[in-house]
Amino acid sequence: MAYSDKVIDHYENPRNVGTMDKEDPNVGTGLVGAPACGDVMRLQLKISDDGLIEDARFKTFGCGSAIASSSLVTEWVKGKTVDQAMTISNKDVARELALPPVKIHCSVLAEDAIKAAIEDFKKKRAARKAQAS
Amino acid sequence: MKLPIYMDNHATTPMDPRVLDVMLPYLREDFGNAASRNHVFGWKAEAAVKKARQQVAELIGATDQEIVFTSGATESDNLAIKGVVEYYKSKGDHIITLKTEHKAILDTCKRLERVRQERLDELKLLRLGQLAGRDVSPEEVAELAAKHDLDNDETYKKWAELPTGGARVTYLDVEKDGRVNLEKLEEAMTPKTVLVSIMFANNEIGVVQPLAEIGALCRKKGVLFHCDAVQGIGKVPFDVEAMKVDLASITSHKMYGPKGIGALYVRRKPRVRIAPIIDGGGHERGMRSGTLNVAAIVGFGHAAQLAREELADEAARILRLREKLRKGLTDALDMTIINGSMEHRLPGNLNISFAHAEGESLMMGIKDVAVSSGSACTSASLEPSYVLRALGVDEELAHSSIRFGLGRFTTEEEVDYVVQLVVDKVRKLRDMSPLYEMAKEGIDLKSIEWTAH
Repeated sequence: MAYSDKVIDHYENPRNVGTMDKEDPNVGTGLVGAPACGDVMRLQLKISDDGLIEDARFKTFGCGSAIASSSLVTEWVKGKTVDQAMTISNKDVARELALPPVKIHCSVLAEDAIKAAIEDFKKKRAARKAQAS
Repeated sequence: MKLPIYMDNHATTPMDPRVLDVMLPYLREDFGNAASRNHVFGWKAEAAVKKARQQVAELIGATDQEIVFTSGATESDNLAIKGVVEYYKSKGDHIITLKTEHKAILDTCKRLERVRQERLDELKLLRLGQLAGRDVSPEEVAELAAKHDLDNDETYKKWAELPTGGARVTYLDVEKDGRVNLEKLEEAMTPKTVLVSIMFANNEIGVVQPLAEIGALCRKKGVLFHCDAVQGIGKVPFDVEAMKVDLASITSHKMYGPKGIGALYVRRKPRVRIAPIIDGGGHERGMRSGTLNVAAIVGFGHAAQLAREELADEAARILRLREKLRKGLTDALDMTIINGSMEHRLPGNLNISFAHAEGESLMMGIKDVAVSSGSACTSASLEPSYVLRALGVDEELAHSSIRFGLGRFTTEEEVDYVVQLVVDKVRKLRDMSPLYEMAKEGIDLKSIEWTAH
């Protein structure tokens, strides 16, 4: 399959690969996809108490498009607020990387990973608040 | 060493330069039609075809009269299966094959099943019309069939046993190592079974089937044995007498000959009959009409001769290289699994899963090496290989599989280069893989509730 230069660039030079401490109360972890489907994406966001995404890390098992999609969103979310990050849609990812139609799935995973990571962070914060009160 | 490196010899093989040399005169001065009986151009072409027929026959222990030239193995497979079903339809209509066969076999069988079903639907309509005493529309069939209890209607039951032009097909499972279970094969045989079609060597996993045992069983049961022998012929010994094969599909381009030419071996003693699927001038003893592709046939013949003469040395050399590749990869990388039997396997095949590194992205990383992914993950359905699934290979591992196919022109230097490149890329992908990290931490991936997509 002929990939766009952007996909190849992210595949060859993935941005922000890595692991953050899951237990850190300021880290939200989103794990989406399934090994049986051939794609698993893990996105971790370090979010300040006032909702600013300070850092992002990913690890992905999947095709070149899946790796590129997750690498791209780590770049995009950094410096954004949680609310801004929630507005990133799979269409933006697919357009930016010029994904072929059979690979749109990968961009959907990237959007889901952002949402899952933010949800995890919110859950953690709610649990902390409940404990404090 | 030249890049890119070709390690996809199951898909096709490069033509041997010696083959091209013998073909060229038949594309230039000796261009005659082998069916032209009245001049020297025709005679020369006919003689060249006769020689090639002999060369192909010798490779498989047959006689030249048993070789029918076709456009390739897909046509041979179609001719063997459809030809037997058509010719022997008054004897029976049951076929047995394996779930791991090539699509040329599976899709041909599926078509024959559809033909039979369509014919049965027509008969149902006709019988219900008789019983109802009026014309019945297809929409009414289900309701009326229940009312008239067609399953116990003697006339309909008799009709349904008549030849339909189609077939019933049993798709047998294989064992974990990819080989057929002979007891299950025997159990599947019925008095209506006319054909067993089992491949020689599998195109994805290189596993070689026990042909002599299958052939002996078929002969004992009076069932014809067709073998799609494409991947094995010229690489490991194949003999139609020792293996009691009745029909065998062969193609030239998997043995360093030109594309677009193949053959079907059709046994003469005891005689096997097939109905043609292409009608016309009655070429190839009426079994396959069409002007012979003389130059390609000459090339095919020469490729067959080279394969026969060099088989033993070549198999040993390729096996040594394959083992070097296997050892190089498995020594350097943990969590690798070889798919299919190691013992009964083509010398040039290595189908290997690198757990937690996805196959397609690995291929993207080693783009200077032409290999094939065990998983057809470029398809919209993202379904992994049906062959690996039939072996019971875990879906994640099926997505992490690569098929290496070594051949006549593979060099040691290439193998060394490929080992280094693949090891580097697998490590890089695993460093990026959440699954590898979790597996290393001792997390059971099966215990996680994945969000399926």
